[in-house]
Amino acid sequence: MAESETALPLPLDVLHRRLGGRMVAFAGYSMPIQFEGIIAEHLWTRTHAGLFDVSHMGQVLLPLSQDVALEALLPGDIAGLGVGTLRYSLLLNDSGGILDDLMVTRRQDDLYLVVNGAVKAADIAHMRAHGLDVTYRDDWALLALQGPEAVTALERLVPGVADLRFMRAAGFGWQSHDLWVSRSGYTGEDGYEISVPAAAVEALAEALLAQPEVKPIGLGARDSLRLEAGLPLYGHDLDPGINPVEAGLAFAISKRRKIERGFPGADIIMDQLLNGAARRRVGLAVEGKLPAREGAAVFAGGQPVGTVTSGGFSPSLGAPIAMAYVDAAHVADGSNVEIEVRGKRLMATVVPMPFKQKNYVRAEGATK
Amino acid sequence: MTLYFTKEHEWLNVEGDIATVGITDYAQNALGDVVFAEVPAAGTALTKGKEAAVVESVKAASDVYSPVSGTVTESNAALDADPALVNTAPETDGWFFKLTLSDASELDGLMDEAAYKAWVATL
Repeated sequence: MAESETALPLPLDVLHRRLGGRMVAFAGYSMPIQFEGIIAEHLWTRTHAGLFDVSHMGQVLLPLSQDVALEALLPGDIAGLGVGTLRYSLLLNDSGGILDDLMVTRRQDDLYLVVNGAVKAADIAHMRAHGLDVTYRDDWALLALQGPEAVTALERLVPGVADLRFMRAAGFGWQSHDLWVSRSGYTGEDGYEISVPAAAVEALAEALLAQPEVKPIGLGARDSLRLEAGLPLYGHDLDPGINPVEAGLAFAISKRRKIERGFPGADIIMDQLLNGAARRRVGLAVEGKLPAREGAAVFAGGQPVGTVTSGGFSPSLGAPIAMAYVDAAHVADGSNVEIEVRGKRLMATVVPMPFKQKNYVRAEGATK
Repeated sequence: MTLYFTKEHEWLNVEGDIATVGITDYAQNALGDVVFAEVPAAGTALTKGKEAAVVESVKAASDVYSPVSGTVTESNAALDADPALVNTAPETDGWFFKLTLSDASELDGLMDEAAYKAWVATL
């Protein structure tokens, strides 16, 4: 857990350290892995509201006129995206492999993208190489406020945010600062992601932390929360060798794009959509108390059938859970497999994800 | 009884030729919430410096190396039901295992409590 000397500080560095955050290097930045403790922070977020600094993620803008050009790099319907609406999408390589997962929002005057921190430089280079006019806003910080009481806490500071529905976003003001607030997140809870000028983020974070519902949460609980929610983590559960069908992310391929194709790897991906993928990302409930970690081999009937890509202890369930890529013959819910951990074989069962039911506040008629 | 410490943040409480082994408060704090502890069964022969136990926190698995050589006489069954004892009582109820020392001279290179505390303060 040594802090790398090359890790860069984020705008909230001083606040994290003042709050007692244990700092680690992540995605090239120095970030807090925990404050009070991962289990306590996880359970607090599930019952109240947790404040996460996700300023390591890349916030980039594209001109609205390039919505169709962006569609050449991903399988989502961006041209048809309504103003103030977010879409989860995937940057794909020519084989249909996942270069990154990202959020795209159509705003009044531009497209607003949030990409993963660890690959943001590669994403920006990729988009520019394909003729996109990318503006990287590293002068903006990003906070996530997640949990059932996030709405109560944020509405008190920023009136009006309670009216947003899941996967909708709008501009708001706080003191003299402009905020871009999205009702979204990566914990499986209701909540918000708040883009704020870096110069104002410490004041906003402190104002949020002064609310009785809110505590600071580190990367450790962010990981256990997203794992329980069945949400894949780029670089672990997703990489350039995995396509959206294998990853169980076919919902990110918009209907119009399935018909028109024209996204990278479309032939391979459409063939797998119709005929099935050879392997799939599944959730595994692990028997006993011993967690199975990333890299552990999965067996069925003595034969290797897959690999764990994320695994750990679920604080909400009090039991170990994992995500794995498993051969298609063993992906049905209820399939019994074994996971090898330090020479022992743990019994595990394929279960539906999320492991823990999501609590989103959806728009009328919205399904995804 | 005599208390010894290692630079790997283990403690040994030695009474006669029996040592009780656990990890220090510093170690449990660095690991974070412990959710599973895999301890060696009675009869297991341990070698100084080799893997003896594994502690699983929410985040990661960490090996615990045996600070001395010997044969395990008892492991802490309470950790099965309540692995968080490693966090709440690391140097008492959260002990890992007891062993019979096979070479008492291996204790010579270990630190006493004052030396360990002084060393931890430099970390």
